[in-house]
Amino acid sequence: MVQILLFASLAQQAGTQKVSLDINDPVSVEQIRSKLQVKIGELKGLETALIALNEEYVGLTDEVKDGDTVAFIPPVSGG
Amino acid sequence: MKLYNITSEPINNQDVIDKVIHHNSGAVSVFIGTVREMTDEKKTRYLEYEAYVPMAEKQLEKIGEEIKVKWPDAKTAITHRIGTLQISDTAVTIAVSTPHRQDAFEASRYAIERIKEIVPIWKKEHYTDGEEWVGNQKGTESYPLGHPEGVE
Repeated sequence: MVQILLFASLAQQAGTQKVSLDINDPVSVEQIRSKLQVKIGELKGLETALIALNEEYVGLTDEVKDGDTVAFIPPVSGG
Repeated sequence: MKLYNITSEPINNQDVIDKVIHHNSGAVSVFIGTVREMTDEKKTRYLEYEAYVPMAEKQLEKIGEEIKVKWPDAKTAITHRIGTLQISDTAVTIAVSTPHRQDAFEASRYAIERIKEIVPIWKKEHYTDGEEWVGNQKGTESYPLGHPEGVE
């Protein structure tokens, strides 16, 4: 199982901060994003959000394995 | 003593400052970000901050490491508050100590600019006439490089 985390406007649109996805074999970050959209529908800003794998920024081609956590990071506004 | 901290409690500025003072520091530059009421014509009632806490603390630590590369004698501490903040509350406190003042000024400025680029913290404005997640309300903002500068 892969844990997906959503924040700010993405969480607001999804109505949740956490979504679980079952994967059998390792898949790319990009495939996780597609699977997420299939599961919960289209989220505005998802395509432009940065992505973190296990708390580190990654690219779309990085590999996601069972047990990983993938977070979608919309443009940040701290400070 | 935690140098890089996300907290839901009010920030005590002196606590952050005390973390960076040591026998070879000759200057401490402190940046304090507070909640502003007016943004152009819009009036803020209060703010809500949300963070991806474990990653945000790691990214704050990364900023401290970047500062250490640029200013090797610098010592940095950063605390960012999350949750509901009222007008004039402190949202973030950055303290940087260095042997001499110039480096302290530059490094504290560097820290706040980097926070706004790479640390997963989000601000929701609650205005008198509505609310919005800053920076992404329309989902149209993007990073020209595909990512913030300095993030591979």
